[in-house]
Amino acid sequence: MPKTIRFILNDRDMQTSLPPGMVVLDFLRRDQRLTGTKEGCREGDCGACMVLLGELDGDDVRYQALNSCLLPLGDVRAKHLVSIEGLNHPGLNPIQQSIVDEGASQCGFCTPGFVVSLTGFFMDSRDMHIQEAVDEVAGNICRCTGYTSIRRAIASLIEQYAVKLKGFKDRIKSLVDLRFLPSYFLGIAPRLKHLKEMQAEAEAEEKPVLLVAGGTDLFVQKPDVILNEDIKFISSRKELSGINLSHNLCTIGCATPIEDLKNSPLLQKMFPRMSDNIGLIASAPIRRRATVGGNIVNASPIGDMIIFFLALDASLTISNGKNVRRVALKDFYKGYKDLDLHEGEILEYLSFPLPAEASLFNFEKVSRRRHLDIASVNSALYIQKQDGTIDHARLSAGGVAPVPLFLRRTSEYLSGKEITPAIIKEAVRRAGQEISPISDVRGTAAYKRLLLGQLIYAHFMTLFPGIKVEDLI
Amino acid sequence: MKSRDTRINFSADAALHTRGESHFIDDAPLAEGLLYAAVLTSPEAHGKIKNLGTKEAQKVPGVRGLFTSEDIPGENQIGVIIPDEPLLAEDTVDYVGQPLALVVADSEEAAGKAVRAIQLEIEELPPVFDPRKAFDKGFLIVPPRIFSSGDVDSAWEECDVIVEGRAESGPQEHLYLETQGAHAFPLEDGGVKIISATQSPTGVQRAAARVLGLSLHKVEVEVLRLGGAFGGKEEQAVPWAAMAALGAFMSKKPVKLVLHRHEDMCLTGKRHPYSSDFKIGLKNNGEIIAYEITFFQNAGASADLSPSILGRTLFHTTGSYYIPNVRATGISCRTNLPPNTACRGFGGPQAMFVMEAAIFKAARALDVEPAVIQKKNLLKEGDQFHYGMRAHNCQALRCWEAVEKRYDCEKTRKRVEEFNAANPLIKKGLYFMPVCFGISFTNKTLNQAGALVHIYTDGSVSVSTGAVEMGQGVKVKIIQVASRVFSIPAHRIRIESTNTSKVANTSPTAASTGADLNGKAAELACRAIYMRLKKEAADELGKENPDEIEIRDEAVYYQGERTDITWNKLIQSMYQNRINLSAQAHYATPGLNFDKGREKGEPFAYHVFGTAITEVSLDCLRGTYEIDSVQVVHDGGTVLNELIDRGQAEGGIVQGIGWLTVEELLYSEDGRLLTESLSSYKVPDIYFAPEKIEVYFLPDSVNPMGIFNSKAIGEPPFMYGIGSYYALLSAMGAFRPERDFEISAPLTPEKVLLSLYG
Repeated sequence: MPKTIRFILNDRDMQTSLPPGMVVLDFLRRDQRLTGTKEGCREGDCGACMVLLGELDGDDVRYQALNSCLLPLGDVRAKHLVSIEGLNHPGLNPIQQSIVDEGASQCGFCTPGFVVSLTGFFMDSRDMHIQEAVDEVAGNICRCTGYTSIRRAIASLIEQYAVKLKGFKDRIKSLVDLRFLPSYFLGIAPRLKHLKEMQAEAEAEEKPVLLVAGGTDLFVQKPDVILNEDIKFISSRKELSGINLSHNLCTIGCATPIEDLKNSPLLQKMFPRMSDNIGLIASAPIRRRATVGGNIVNASPIGDMIIFFLALDASLTISNGKNVRRVALKDFYKGYKDLDLHEGEILEYLSFPLPAEASLFNFEKVSRRRHLDIASVNSALYIQKQDGTIDHARLSAGGVAPVPLFLRRTSEYLSGKEITPAIIKEAVRRAGQEISPISDVRGTAAYKRLLLGQLIYAHFMTLFPGIKVEDLI
Repeated sequence: MKSRDTRINFSADAALHTRGESHFIDDAPLAEGLLYAAVLTSPEAHGKIKNLGTKEAQKVPGVRGLFTSEDIPGENQIGVIIPDEPLLAEDTVDYVGQPLALVVADSEEAAGKAVRAIQLEIEELPPVFDPRKAFDKGFLIVPPRIFSSGDVDSAWEECDVIVEGRAESGPQEHLYLETQGAHAFPLEDGGVKIISATQSPTGVQRAAARVLGLSLHKVEVEVLRLGGAFGGKEEQAVPWAAMAALGAFMSKKPVKLVLHRHEDMCLTGKRHPYSSDFKIGLKNNGEIIAYEITFFQNAGASADLSPSILGRTLFHTTGSYYIPNVRATGISCRTNLPPNTACRGFGGPQAMFVMEAAIFKAARALDVEPAVIQKKNLLKEGDQFHYGMRAHNCQALRCWEAVEKRYDCEKTRKRVEEFNAANPLIKKGLYFMPVCFGISFTNKTLNQAGALVHIYTDGSVSVSTGAVEMGQGVKVKIIQVASRVFSIPAHRIRIESTNTSKVANTSPTAASTGADLNGKAAELACRAIYMRLKKEAADELGKENPDEIEIRDEAVYYQGERTDITWNKLIQSMYQNRINLSAQAHYATPGLNFDKGREKGEPFAYHVFGTAITEVSLDCLRGTYEIDSVQVVHDGGTVLNELIDRGQAEGGIVQGIGWLTVEELLYSEDGRLLTESLSSYKVPDIYFAPEKIEVYFLPDSVNPMGIFNSKAIGEPPFMYGIGSYYALLSAMGAFRPERDFEISAPLTPEKVLLSLYG
């Protein structure tokens, strides 16, 4: 690992030899004493520490709002890191002014995070829809306002600026002209190009030890361990990111951010509700960092992506650098957080057969709070139909066993059956025999048991709108 | 109106917040030689301390001091109502998270390492977490307190319907986004200066002085602002400030102690959970005749403010309703949980939640809509509360009727009924929630405030009061007061940090009284200077009568005519002529009296009224729900700052909804908090908060007891959130009409589903 990390912090060229595993929040607040970025929770659940990270994309710089408490310093190498201080110029910018005018800041602790998130929205949004802006701040918790005034501020900004910012080309320049951004943003692209060249030279010598993907779980669970490790980021292996189709197989690189799945036209065509489903996972800034592979190896029994892909008969491509092997996702989990993954191996790809023509798919998730919360129970159902019967079915469920569960017996039971209320009820009964939920902060065992049954009903009601409610419950 | 408020807002904190330039407790520049503090806390809910071995910990490199109860130079006591709370545990521990020892070290890491190196042995004792069990064992904070009116025992005979039941309401984490913390600096004369994130600077001053054995004038406490508080920094900012002061005093170095989120959640008390038994009797026409209730308050391990909070529960027992025969018994139970504490509403929400439970159940028994009973029994002008005071300037019915009309509730009800008939799985629910909340500290002594105003020779103005800014906008309101009295623009006025050496013996900024008490004190101080200004202007103009002088928009007017004396010129003359440009003033709320022996009197300066209607949608298949809208008519008196008051109302409503729906605190069987992070304790986010919150301020309401005829706003709107609980219960009833649901908040999706199918 090169000892020096070079990047741009606001308008300054920076180099530091601090550990690459240090999170940007600590770098800003403790090392730089830039205290506008606030520490609220250190686990990506409040958004008070939001920063912008700009990365070269051709000749342009593309910015995204990210939680700095989960962003390692090593991953800002050759990028433009922007804290709230880097957005200020004399007087207030339009976002700041709108927040003041609408009374959208009370105690003020969360406010810099909202300003940064909204700035990210205006830098990155193509359509400027109000709903998109709301989603951009959905990872920002405010305990004072009740969000009504924040919604008003957003609405007023969009009303004033959506038209002026139409078109994505030269967005940064437009934002500088409209005083959203200080003018130094115009000179960032060439500076980043220069940094990138320097980085390429330095990278030739690196010797990675610990591999980190997005780190959105790791930095919550083991920040102290990572701080002292020599780490390398999987994100640097570009070939592991992306969604491709070939030979009736859809292949997703394990370093693909979950947000890319949400926005993938390819996946949306296969799963029309995909975008809404993934919208229930974490928040936009977390989804930009969190990866498919990370969710899989974190092995949470309630991992949303795992449950989703279990029902799609997905398999994993695993490599140790020399040999490559494949394992079915449903066989990957041997026990609680116990994986079929050996020392030196990494997950490279997830792939699943393309859904057949006459197939149906549904994903359900229930959590205490609908957004940015961990499920009490989640479940997915894939059904391949043949004339009014089920040719075969695959049912998965999270939060009901020590591992993300593929309900093999219930799936087998459903295969070859006609879709009738009696069959569905029997499937629920059989599912109940396959699961072993425990009581924890996500709910009591009794609740999870009941809820899975309800979600199985929900699958069928969603996929077969003709089913009568009163026949089921 | 709006542009004017905006200008005022700009000169206060909002602009700084948007730029990330406002300082919170963890943002202050670090002092030279700063030491970091860490605290060892009890892993057990109840036990005897057998060993507290600090030898190994002392050896950790970087450690500069390690203190246990034995090292405390003064009294090891921070209890304010009852002296039952040691700063550091002595012989026993009484809850998980109770502080045992303090370490100060060169770095946070070293301090943490030393804390982990302390050898602790505790002999476990049986803990009690359930308030009813504590009551059975006689573990009480104070003797039970009973408020009564009429004759409940014989009133039951007059009733056509009597309904009994039990209601549970859960704890609530304040979740101020800024965690607890303080900095302390040793002073040359042996005193200490504390920068604290507290609602109660004087409370911190008194506690630190007591612990260090110092007189009060040797402890200075300063507060810049708080990143949210909601009552959680009234008493519970004290331990951390006192520990920082202890560290600084003993080590002679500056000390910083700021809690991490999970520490803050585990170590501090919450809104009190209550378990209550109620009995209500009505006539067939819906008139409430009698109400009897016993509140079991779960106080936690020490008193904190629990007796006072229980008092407010008893005051607000009957909510917005007139009931002739009442008996309310309040029991504060000592359990092995962190001491529960003030939280927006201060016991009032818990009382009103049960009152609505009784009405909801009574409506079921009478087969009428709850609204029929609610409206019929609303307080009217001159009605006597069960504590003896009469409703003055009562706006309860006006607010209710304004809601019906303004939001076309009849039409909404029809729409909901039609929706429910057409949709087997999604049900809507609707509920009115009237609120009546008394304003004043129920401890009469606290209803006083001081202010200190200076005009500098360039005409700029400095105002100090005892009020602490925590997002509620009190700085802006006090700027408005000074700006109005002097008739100068807001940018010429600065509200200083709250400091015990500038304004002494302050009451906490709490009970929604911050703007009233401190605003009135500031007004008095400004008026005292204003009188001198008028006299000086009269002298300058060679006129006899200062009453014919007026200052308007930074200019002196005589008999309504503008003179050439400007504000700046006048201030200069004052200085040249050696006239005092400073004033200190004191305000005490008039007319308060309460006889605790009889539990009768006038504890409040006035009441705030209002009504909300809440609409919800419930997915009866999955047990999930959305709060669609909350529409309110609120009596804010003559609103002083609409932008601020609207924000307080909207924020309070959402926090109230959170308390009753998704905010669930779970403990292990041995008393450890399980939901100790934001990933497991869920507060409303932008999606969960109702997209539609409308707050309309009732016109033509005046309130001479409030600052410039306004009314206090901080707490009352919180209780509109109670409507969400009963709206959800109504929706559940639409799906399962045959079921009589338990009353147990929060109504999480889990409880919904288990109630519908369990």
